[in-house]
Amino acid sequence: MKLKWIQITGMLVAAGMAFSGIAHAQDTIKVGILHSLSGTMAISETTLKDTDLMMIEEQNKKGGLLGKKLEAVVVDPASDWPLFAEKAQELLEKDKVAVVFGCWTSVSRKSVLPVFEKDNGLLFYPVQYEGEESSKNVIYTGAAPNQQAIPAVQYLMKEVGVKRWVLEGTDYVYPRTTNKILEAFLLSQGVKPEDISINYTPFGYSDWQARVAAIKKFGSAGKKTAVVSTINGDANVPFYKELGNQKISAEDIPVVAFSVGEEELSGLDAKPLVGHLAAWNYFESINTPENKAFIAQWHAFIKNPKRTTNDPMEASYIGFNLWVKAVQKAGTTDPEKVIAALPGIETPNLTGTMAKVLPNHHITKPVFIGEVRADGQFDVVWKSAGAIPGEAWSRFLPADKGIVADWVTLKCGNYNTATKKCSGQNFK
Amino acid sequence: MKKFFLRPGVQWLLVLLLLASRSAGPLYAQPSSDANFLAKLGELRDASFEDKDKIVDQLVQSGHPNARAVLTGLLEDRLYSRNSDMKVFLVKSAAGENTATLDLIDPVTLKGAGPTSVDDLTKIGTNNHLRRVLQTTLARFGLSSTDPSVRLDAVRSMEKDLDEGNVKLLRDRSAVETNSRVKDEIDTGLALAALDGSDAQARLAAISTLRHSIRQDVLNKLQGLGEKSPDGTFVEGDEHVRQAAAAAVKSISRMRTFYGGLETLFFGLSLGSVLVLIAIGLAITFGVMGVINMAHGELMMLGAYTTYVVQVAMPNHTETSILAAIPAAFIVAGLMGILIERTIIRFLYGRPLETLLATFGVSLILQQLVRSIFSALNRSVITPNWMSGTLQVNDALSITYNRLYIVVFTLIVFAGLLVILRRTRVGLQIRAVSQNRAMAKAMGIRSEWVDAMTFGLGSGIAGVAGVALSQLTNVNPNLGQSYIIDSFMVVVFGGVGNLWGSMVGGMSMGVVNELLEPYAGAVLAKIFVLIALILFIQRRPRGLFPPTGRASEN
Repeated sequence: MKLKWIQITGMLVAAGMAFSGIAHAQDTIKVGILHSLSGTMAISETTLKDTDLMMIEEQNKKGGLLGKKLEAVVVDPASDWPLFAEKAQELLEKDKVAVVFGCWTSVSRKSVLPVFEKDNGLLFYPVQYEGEESSKNVIYTGAAPNQQAIPAVQYLMKEVGVKRWVLEGTDYVYPRTTNKILEAFLLSQGVKPEDISINYTPFGYSDWQARVAAIKKFGSAGKKTAVVSTINGDANVPFYKELGNQKISAEDIPVVAFSVGEEELSGLDAKPLVGHLAAWNYFESINTPENKAFIAQWHAFIKNPKRTTNDPMEASYIGFNLWVKAVQKAGTTDPEKVIAALPGIETPNLTGTMAKVLPNHHITKPVFIGEVRADGQFDVVWKSAGAIPGEAWSRFLPADKGIVADWVTLKCGNYNTATKKCSGQNFK
Repeated sequence: MKKFFLRPGVQWLLVLLLLASRSAGPLYAQPSSDANFLAKLGELRDASFEDKDKIVDQLVQSGHPNARAVLTGLLEDRLYSRNSDMKVFLVKSAAGENTATLDLIDPVTLKGAGPTSVDDLTKIGTNNHLRRVLQTTLARFGLSSTDPSVRLDAVRSMEKDLDEGNVKLLRDRSAVETNSRVKDEIDTGLALAALDGSDAQARLAAISTLRHSIRQDVLNKLQGLGEKSPDGTFVEGDEHVRQAAAAAVKSISRMRTFYGGLETLFFGLSLGSVLVLIAIGLAITFGVMGVINMAHGELMMLGAYTTYVVQVAMPNHTETSILAAIPAAFIVAGLMGILIERTIIRFLYGRPLETLLATFGVSLILQQLVRSIFSALNRSVITPNWMSGTLQVNDALSITYNRLYIVVFTLIVFAGLLVILRRTRVGLQIRAVSQNRAMAKAMGIRSEWVDAMTFGLGSGIAGVAGVALSQLTNVNPNLGQSYIIDSFMVVVFGGVGNLWGSMVGGMSMGVVNELLEPYAGAVLAKIFVLIALILFIQRRPRGLFPPTGRASEN
């Protein structure tokens, strides 16, 4: 008798668990968020986690998706690159999320790539990057080099009349690849090799006096000189301070940065930086109804009217909306079907044009060049005519010649048109 | 534009006339001039940067007496357009972060027009090109200023754009200029312009003037004379002029190389002084007491955060708060050091491995503590005005003030420390305990108290180093980690227990690093220094200045 009771209770509990499990699975669609919430990248990535949560909350207010509520699964890969792969695996295999929004640095993306390809997951990557990649399982909503670096250099060349170039970067994969593309581009435009100076410094470098003096010397050769900065993270603050101290003003030697935005400037005194440039696909100061609404929504969500918005936030916003539309079109959250539905999907971005997913899994983005204002915001001084389609493979690198990415007809991220072969995906 | 600027005298005469006409009433159709001026200003609101450029030109040509004030306002971000009626106004001071209203100034009367909400105003923006145009334009106004430094700046701006009008203005000014520095500058500018002239004699004369200059742009210009055009002929047709130019290039280059060497030496010394500053605190705790304190970097971090807190606590004294931060950081870090010594380290004397692990734990606790209180975001410590900018020694050598002050500061701290150790009672006791603890105790020295004081002194100096670092790098919880290795390297290199060793060691490491950097790059330079250091320690395990006598036997 006693045994029987235990059996019945056990069965009831098991049934209850099973039932609740089913009910749970029916109620929600799980959305994975893979951004570092601790460690060195936490400063930047926490903001994107909050943006994703805001978008999910907003979608749930509208009634969810396919009649179900969205449920965020937030994990913390702690700025630890191998941990990104482990956490991605956990999201895909244990939590069985429908989609993942995540990663910031290129090295974290490279780390999770094999996991997403093995488990056939779907990742939306929201940060500008060096290109040279196209995966079936990743949608790149940040800028490729042709949507940021190349237009910025063209602007300096044509509008400012720059003849001499300093390519200054932090020593890791993004600056090195970007500078390789930029150097090839500059040489193709007839810039002499002696008019290009390339230099790398370590992460967190702070002793800029000699480097800045060298830039000053390089820039005093009588030709208009500009610095193209791929300096990343903390090292920017002492770099700009030293520029100010050595009285290099933006009128003499402008610095155009690809990794300095509103968020980075909010941590320092922007007055010595006035006039220096940044190239992005979004600025908080751009005056459109969509952007105003987004900023108001962000301030309400984060409960702090002083928080800034920035380009990767817009890319997260676009990525989320693209995924929602693709799910609605496919009628399911099955990644395989959503991936097939994604190319061709369009959603408005925050700056008045449309973001469209291309067959190479990149999107169309407008390019803006802004000058730093004293309040840490940017004045747009140039913008591209309409949105520019992202290119996975650079047309300026000899090694990329004839390589195309097309997931609609060719089903390949690295198709060599000369040999008519698909060499796996993006690995070189 | 050029026509108008024929002579500064004429210009001022015109201004006076216009002013007179205004007070005399609408005799000279003045209202329409004002109306034109306002209409032009009104166009600025929606103009593209290219159009703004033209409008600026037209405003200057209009000769309106307030053109200068308005253009200065535009350059300084003080020109706004009112949304309600599209009228353009100057404002008293540029909008800050929390400005709600701005005090308007009427551009015609230059009288106050009352405050207006920021939301009703649109700033008229500038870009780099426009700012440059404005600077040269305003420089022409500045040429007749009574302040010689304003005149000097004006001449320098005008030299960047040596067109006919500017050359004429400079020549006229040269005749009446009394200040010798300004006059020299004008002569250089005129000589640069003369190099483009057709008279070979004038070009020769210009080169003999320029020979004494050591400016980079002069050097470039002279070098250009010796080059060949694409068609094979020399840019400079005259043989004599070419020879003179080549000789001048040689002497200018020699001078510039010399000053370049001095500059590198200074860079090395300034990097070295940072190394010395972060290492001398450790030279006491590690060198004198033999405690491997892995939390030394975090004590510096506490010093840097103290600087930030003092700055926030004294919002109206941004220029002096850093001075107040020096003793504050010394006390905060020193007390924290004493606390660590009393609660942890004193139980672990003689067990270096355990001390190392325990202090490493302390460093993590301190980091997380700061992260919890201040968040992981960088805190911005303001650089006071007297510490920013450069000391222009001459045209080839300039030294940034913040680095200069840090070199001086290091020397003061070092000297102060020597005085404490050599000339005070505490110093005597510290030295006694470090040399022979048992004998010192026998002489009646409270060795435990001396230990705490010594550790507090070393920690306090780490805090003071943190004040200096807050000016050079980012103030965040990881600040200490990036310097701890360097500080141990300096102490080991210099010889454990020897303050002079740390001084010489730090300075020489700084200079070697800066000498290598231009050739090897920042990453390789650091690797070379590290390898050289390892090899050196292999040869001389006790560093540059090993302890001698009985102390060496410990």
